[in-house]
Amino acid sequence: MINYLLKRLAYILVALFVIVTITFFLMRIAPGSPFASEKNFPPEITAQLNAQYGLDNPWYVQYKDYLVQTAKLDFGQSMKYKDRSTNDMISESFPVSLTLGIEAMLLAVGLGVLIGVVSALYHNKFPDYLATTIAVLGISVPSFILAGLLQYFIGLKLHWLPIGGWDGFKYSILPALAIAFTHMGFIAKLTRSSMLEQNHSEYVKMARAKGLGKWTTVFKHTLRNALLPVVTYLGPLTAGVVTGSFIVEQIFAIPGLGKYFVTSITNRDYTVIMGTTVFYSIILLFAVLLVDILYSVIDPRIKFKGAKKS
Amino acid sequence: MKKKTVLLALISIVMLVLAACGFGGKKEEGTKDSGKGKDSKQDLNLVIPSEPPSLNPQLATDSTSGAVLRSVFEGLTRVDKDGKVQPAVAEKIDVSDDKKTYTFHLRDSKWSNGDAVTAKDFKYAWEFALNPKNASEYASILYSIKGAEAFNLGKGKVEDVGIEVKDDKTLVVTLENPTPYFTEITAFYTAMPVNEKVATENKKWSAEGGEGYVSNGPFTLSDWKHSASLTLKKNDSYWDKEAVSLNNVNIKMVESEATANRMFKNNEIDFLGSPFQTVPLDAIDGYKKDKSLNIEDYAAIYEYKMNTTGEFTKNVNIRKALALSIDRQGLIDNVVKGEQTPALGMVPTAIAGFEDDRGYITDNNLDEAKKALAKGMEELGIKDAKDVKINISINTSEAHAAIAQYIQEGWTKNLGITTKIDNSEWQVFLDKMSSLDYTVGRMGWIADYNDAYTFLERYDSAKNGNNDTGWENKEYTDLMKKAVKETDEAKREKLLKDGEKILMTEFPVAPVYFYTNLWVEKDYVKNMAPTSLGEISLKDVKIEK
Amino acid sequence: MTQKIPVEKFNIVGIDNSKNDQLAKKSVSFWSEVWHRFSHNKLAIVGLIIITIVALMAIFVPWLSPYKYSDVLGNFNHPPSAKNWFGTDDLGRDVFTRVWYGARISLFIGLSAAIIDLIIGVAWGSIAGLAGGRVDDIMMRIADVLTAVPYLLVVIILLVVMQPGLLPMIIALSITGWVNMARIVRGEVLSIKNQEYVLAARTLGGRTGHLIMRHLVPNALGAIIVTMTLTIPSAIFTESFLSYIGLGVSQPQASWGTMASEGNNAIDTAPWRLIFPALFISVTIFAFNAIGDGLRDALDPKLRK
Repeated sequence: MINYLLKRLAYILVALFVIVTITFFLMRIAPGSPFASEKNFPPEITAQLNAQYGLDNPWYVQYKDYLVQTAKLDFGQSMKYKDRSTNDMISESFPVSLTLGIEAMLLAVGLGVLIGVVSALYHNKFPDYLATTIAVLGISVPSFILAGLLQYFIGLKLHWLPIGGWDGFKYSILPALAIAFTHMGFIAKLTRSSMLEQNHSEYVKMARAKGLGKWTTVFKHTLRNALLPVVTYLGPLTAGVVTGSFIVEQIFAIPGLGKYFVTSITNRDYTVIMGTTVFYSIILLFAVLLVDILYSVIDPRIKFKGAKKS
Repeated sequence: MKKKTVLLALISIVMLVLAACGFGGKKEEGTKDSGKGKDSKQDLNLVIPSEPPSLNPQLATDSTSGAVLRSVFEGLTRVDKDGKVQPAVAEKIDVSDDKKTYTFHLRDSKWSNGDAVTAKDFKYAWEFALNPKNASEYASILYSIKGAEAFNLGKGKVEDVGIEVKDDKTLVVTLENPTPYFTEITAFYTAMPVNEKVATENKKWSAEGGEGYVSNGPFTLSDWKHSASLTLKKNDSYWDKEAVSLNNVNIKMVESEATANRMFKNNEIDFLGSPFQTVPLDAIDGYKKDKSLNIEDYAAIYEYKMNTTGEFTKNVNIRKALALSIDRQGLIDNVVKGEQTPALGMVPTAIAGFEDDRGYITDNNLDEAKKALAKGMEELGIKDAKDVKINISINTSEAHAAIAQYIQEGWTKNLGITTKIDNSEWQVFLDKMSSLDYTVGRMGWIADYNDAYTFLERYDSAKNGNNDTGWENKEYTDLMKKAVKETDEAKREKLLKDGEKILMTEFPVAPVYFYTNLWVEKDYVKNMAPTSLGEISLKDVKIEK
Repeated sequence: MTQKIPVEKFNIVGIDNSKNDQLAKKSVSFWSEVWHRFSHNKLAIVGLIIITIVALMAIFVPWLSPYKYSDVLGNFNHPPSAKNWFGTDDLGRDVFTRVWYGARISLFIGLSAAIIDLIIGVAWGSIAGLAGGRVDDIMMRIADVLTAVPYLLVVIILLVVMQPGLLPMIIALSITGWVNMARIVRGEVLSIKNQEYVLAARTLGGRTGHLIMRHLVPNALGAIIVTMTLTIPSAIFTESFLSYIGLGVSQPQASWGTMASEGNNAIDTAPWRLIFPALFISVTIFAFNAIGDGLRDALDPKLRK
């Protein structure tokens, strides 16, 4: 196991290196500059700004700088928000996105698995149709439409919950719902489909034949194996959700990390682009690793690939 | 066994994470409530569309930062809500006969930390802006000062800049050319003072709110939660504090117009309109219906630039045909809806001396347009109007897209030419415009000071960074040069109008409409209205509940 | 109480050796059996009918509607009426007409994304899962890198090097659209490949391609089909994002995604601009979903009777 983890860590480092490299060259190719504006200012000032942020260095020096920054996990000053450092921006906004993200994930996984199980147990009966309808609605109504609808009806018309902002738990309910709904739908469908497959497995038939109840069988046997594809999906999803959603944060005016993934690029705020990308990559790579470890917990037939396959 | 450990580890990680994070604002909520105090009546709630990129007056470049700076700082002069220049930190201003030397006599006023505001603070701030090392993007607004441009571009010395501190209370400024709008520039945020002592001690003084953010305006920046909110408090050290009614201004950062609009409807904010977010296009009809929409002229123009080196648009008659066949009034009534003025010249009607139509062209003049098109096609040797291919370049935005589609439909129907909309991400778009990789492209221009020169100066040479059309005309360049030197107001206006006439016969650019400022406010908000430059002074605002 | 049956009642009929190889039950091919089961799934048939109708409407809209998608009719933001069944939009265009023109682009995008998912995603995932070891590590890390690199930046560069249209959009979708599928298929394959029948097939010398097509994919089919039902709507909305940035179809052409996201700003004032495109997206996804579920049931080797 230790060997396996070490090997995977090495892969993570290689992947990070590749990500930094690709991102660096993409940033260089993309037209624009952090100082571009509708009102032009003299080229001398542009040159001065470039010098200030090291943008006048040859590409290999800049590339090296980014690699060193990544190694130190210190990404330097933002070029758009003067006086602000990328690390500050991330450390201030990430806890907000993380809180909201965990709330959304709990909703999505809890409801999703529940709906999926119900729907599989009553295959092609009314509860299945109802559950499928909810799930498909979830999948086909994207978060930005749902966010707008929730804000308009529950926030503005019914006054049940605040329209936007970030001032306590009640401010997080609508955005969490908006984020969770699509994923809930998908998780429900995924659970349903793999539950159905498991239902016809010998061991489930055996358990039922032994006289175990429907629900006991589900929780003791089926669900565990049925969760495999769900866990696959959850890994990268969690990485995405806890680092924030641009659209939902924008609509609900939440000071989270998600917006920097988009605004840093539209602003060509190079240091922030690199900082957020590396930050997200690290979370993603570890989430994916966690999924692989979980595989072997869920399904003993899958072994760590540290050892040669049998 | 191993698997159990893994599971346990996982669970403990999740628990740790859950314990570590909270709902950020919750802790602050208590303090905020207690801070509101007794007279919460005089609280104003606003939203701005984003985190201000910089609240350092000399480094700020955008209207969001400007809106905040205008309330926490005060320059030598200020522009009141009617757009008139009023003395502020300067009590009295003497202007020499050649209109090139301004002597500002400062009143006794204090910084929020108790220091006196002196002429040195102004000199320090202005030289900070002009110092090439600081790379201030808005330094060029101070170029009317003698030697300023040379110093800023690294060709001159700081000693040669015409800013002189006679004594603590007297500042003498020498200008390059007579500049009738100079007292407006001294009200602009780039020309606001900075406490020299504070700024030299702490280079990042403007990075956070609170005590360390020393200002001299009607309000102080008491709290700055990045990306979330700003709190302004009445400044007790302000010289004219009796005139300030508001105690607190709470400004939240809300990026979505639709959300801001819903917050307004839900009585969470008291005012909605630039620079404090915008009234969304889709909401305008509703506010018009219940008569709560306020509309004021704005010194800004929406225009379609034409690439004068383009395959078709190099021909002046083609350009004329395009410019004449825009149905401006229809566009305003049906698409942009803000009772804008159809732009039939290059200088907005909100600019003094340009209020009336100069009669260059008429709106949606299809007969003339068709004639011009026929002539242009003949000159280019084109038989079929379909072969005239015009790309309309816009940057990503629903409003620009709607305008482009409306104009496109008109051009296709009335002229029979082939048109296509080329929509790009903002920076890609800017790149296309400045490298002349477009046919027709949308642009906007907002005045920093109330003078026609800011609109006309852009076309004084093809090299001008704000020209973007490749057009130049010697006669026009000369007229602009003469206008800069002219001391007689009437003669200067004539020179500028002659220049505008050239633009309106050669059409390097088709004016579309002059902006208006739209806003809605709760009826207890008094004295809050944008000037023709789109600026709002919170100093005068009062709540009458 | 048992009644005895007299032996005389029985007759020896003898054996017709020529019929030895004949099957009593009519032999049905795999696909006709699938079709048989599929056609007995009412929901799936309804789904098929809906998709057919939408596709037919999209194809024949020029003959069915008196307007063009770009016609500015002069009625700005009018609610549904006899003249404009679905109302008009902010530029006074007929929403009914635009919905069907929009269906062309959105259906095309949805199907392309599904095909990309199937071709790249399934192959990538099953090869990685089956090969295991280093191949698996490298292939999956490539997928991770593709997810981590800022997508918007990639799109901006595509925007610079290519003319906007359908091709750059398909390219943009192919870059990351399949990664989800690859991960899910790999997970399934990891679990399936150690099961007895796969081991048996291997021991019998089955080739990798054969293994994937005959054993792994059919058993991962449920997850594959579900993932595709997510891919289609997400591609439809990615298209609206790409068009918004400037990579997709240019205005005034419409797609469901762009219509819905524009209409989303108008829920307070002109809700029909959101409702109709959103409704068609949902109905279409329902239909795809029903077809998917039907197919899964029809193809599932374990459910075969």
